[in-house]
Amino acid sequence: MRPALLVLPLAAFILVTFVAPLAVMLGRSLYDPLVADALPETLRLLRQWDGERTPSEPVFETMAGELLKARRERTLGRIATRVNRVQAGLRSALLKSVRKLRSAPRPDSWREAMIAVDPKWAEARTWHAIRRAGERFTLRHYLHALDLDQAPGGGIIRQPPDLRIYLPLLQRTLAVSLGITLLCLLLGYPIAYLIANAPPRRANLLLLLVLVPFWTSLLVRTTSWIVLLQTQGVINDLLAAVGLIAEDQRISMIYNMTGTVVAMTHVLLPFMVLPLYSVMRTIPPLYMSAAASLGANFLQAFRRVYWPQTLPGVAAGSLLVFILAIGYFITPALVGGQSGQLISNMVAYHMQQSLNWGLAAALGGVLLGGVFLLYLVFNRLVGVDRMRLG
Amino acid sequence: MLLLSPILAGGGPLALAESLTMVSWGGSYARACEKAFYEPFTEETGIEVREEDYNGGLAQIRAQVETGNVHWDVVDMNMADAVRGCDEGLLEPIVPGDLAPGADGTPAGEDFFPGSLTECGVGTLFYSTIYAYNLEKFAEVKPSTIGDFFDLEKFPGRRGMRRTPQVNLEFALMADGVPLDQVYAILDTQEGLDRAFRKLDSIKDRIVWWEAGAQPPQMLADGEVAMTTAYNGRIFNAQVLENQPFAIVWDGQLLDMGQLVIVAGSPNLQAARQFLSFASTVRSMVAVGRYISYSPARQSGTALISTHLETGVDMKPHMPTAPENVAGGLQYDWEWWSDHIDEMNLRFIAWLLR
Repeated sequence: MRPALLVLPLAAFILVTFVAPLAVMLGRSLYDPLVADALPETLRLLRQWDGERTPSEPVFETMAGELLKARRERTLGRIATRVNRVQAGLRSALLKSVRKLRSAPRPDSWREAMIAVDPKWAEARTWHAIRRAGERFTLRHYLHALDLDQAPGGGIIRQPPDLRIYLPLLQRTLAVSLGITLLCLLLGYPIAYLIANAPPRRANLLLLLVLVPFWTSLLVRTTSWIVLLQTQGVINDLLAAVGLIAEDQRISMIYNMTGTVVAMTHVLLPFMVLPLYSVMRTIPPLYMSAAASLGANFLQAFRRVYWPQTLPGVAAGSLLVFILAIGYFITPALVGGQSGQLISNMVAYHMQQSLNWGLAAALGGVLLGGVFLLYLVFNRLVGVDRMRLG
Repeated sequence: MLLLSPILAGGGPLALAESLTMVSWGGSYARACEKAFYEPFTEETGIEVREEDYNGGLAQIRAQVETGNVHWDVVDMNMADAVRGCDEGLLEPIVPGDLAPGADGTPAGEDFFPGSLTECGVGTLFYSTIYAYNLEKFAEVKPSTIGDFFDLEKFPGRRGMRRTPQVNLEFALMADGVPLDQVYAILDTQEGLDRAFRKLDSIKDRIVWWEAGAQPPQMLADGEVAMTTAYNGRIFNAQVLENQPFAIVWDGQLLDMGQLVIVAGSPNLQAARQFLSFASTVRSMVAVGRYISYSPARQSGTALISTHLETGVDMKPHMPTAPENVAGGLQYDWEWWSDHIDEMNLRFIAWLLR
């Protein structure tokens, strides 16, 4: 009983600040009642529609009534936004129609009046879109997150090439995260080795050099890279002063993928060094000497004796860096320019700019699922129980 | 506690003093507005004006209104956003009685330039997006047409552009030879849109993107770009106040109007309405034009454009509405943009990522 009580505060904290919001966000990616609640009668009538010809007058009349009501209640904009996400271009049709209908006298035929404002109202696919926007539960966001869409007649199709965003970005994010993990391993391994095998005083100093950047604000570290790498920055100035590059051929090292990779590698390096160091510290130096005394040269001794013993640290560091990298947001947003953006920047875009929280949540869900899958593969290959985090 | 009470009582009126949050575009433009009408407004009414900056768009307002946590009162935005925000119910409708008559006594409804009063917005100033270059970079052959902005052979160097599809698509079509009066008709077709993006493609890897209006003059001064699109007033201020060797190309300028709007559910609605009527007087508009080259949205204000307050420069030739500047320019079609911005944004992002 008592141990359970001890973790209760933490469990409650995690439930309130992590599990609940996560569940709410993931819920948003599947459930959206806004249009269904605003146009209930129209959607009911549309259920009997044949799906091919332009709907009949009662549908138009009901919808016009419900739209004008939504305009009065100021929810029209949100409805138009939702419908527009199903089929681009319908926002204008909706808003324009309501704008015109509101100022005109009651028409004899709502059907003709609306088609006169925008011919889209005569097309069947417009009504399919409205019907789909009216679904309370939908997989639409997940389809969009994978650059897919529902065809008007049912069935799933790929988005047109000039609208495919997320899959290429997801690929790029995976590739960049893998690259950064490898870079961190290459850079971090020797440092960790050095620290683990140095005399205590030197080891402490070296460890401090790893930790001080770790303690420094992320923003400060990222902006320092801007100072160093920009076209008028320190490195370019030096290269130009020495004469290695001409004044007008300064290298673009920031606001692109190079900037993202350099800054993120630096920011994430401690997450590789620390687990490696903690594992290496426990490996007695005597093992290497023993291997040497049995006739192994350094490379052989390293490959067959030292490296296998550091694997738990390598695994822990790599997994940590990789998972952090895959969801990284601030650094690519600051130094990534356009070519250095990752999937998290699109999540932020849909959270903050387009306010399509459903899609943002679906992208987050896809990412979460992906990481989980990778974790399972990783567990299969390396074994999580062999991992040492520190 | 007893000792503190006189202090608290003394601080009472101040703490209770009304205030409102005014959100604008930052930099030299916000400074001009501050001098021209925020400070005079506070002097006259005692209502404090707290300033915040943003870079346009409706996202933040949408988030505030939809979560019921509104902390912005008055926002300075472009026409397209003002109309869209109004349609979406994010903005308070304007009360026509709040607007003062013109300098010559013309009723407000007739004094404003046609189209500058919208359901939820009051037009304040004409501003335009132009492109500017550094004279030191192009000393001999100078760029003079919108086509030159896209001509990397004749005018090499990086280009600054705002990271939105707006304006850039129009510039691309104009540079591609589309006559001014057909730009939006062509943009409305799939082929026209492809054509605009193809034109942008031709300079894509030389573009440096900016977001805040204060960035372009800085990028030009730093030599980060050879030429850049910018708001005309920002370049003007860098020219006269910092003596920067910048030149504006008016050919292909995109003329738009700033609107003041009140956010729906504004916590200081009365103060905000009072502020709006103060800010939309001819006096306030003309006063802004003494700090930065933006011209009044009221007809009776045109004749009152005078000189730059600090340097005495005649402002008339620097205004985006000056006849010689308007000649090769295009009127920004806010209606087209308010209908298409979402689709264009997505397509633009997809294009950027490619």
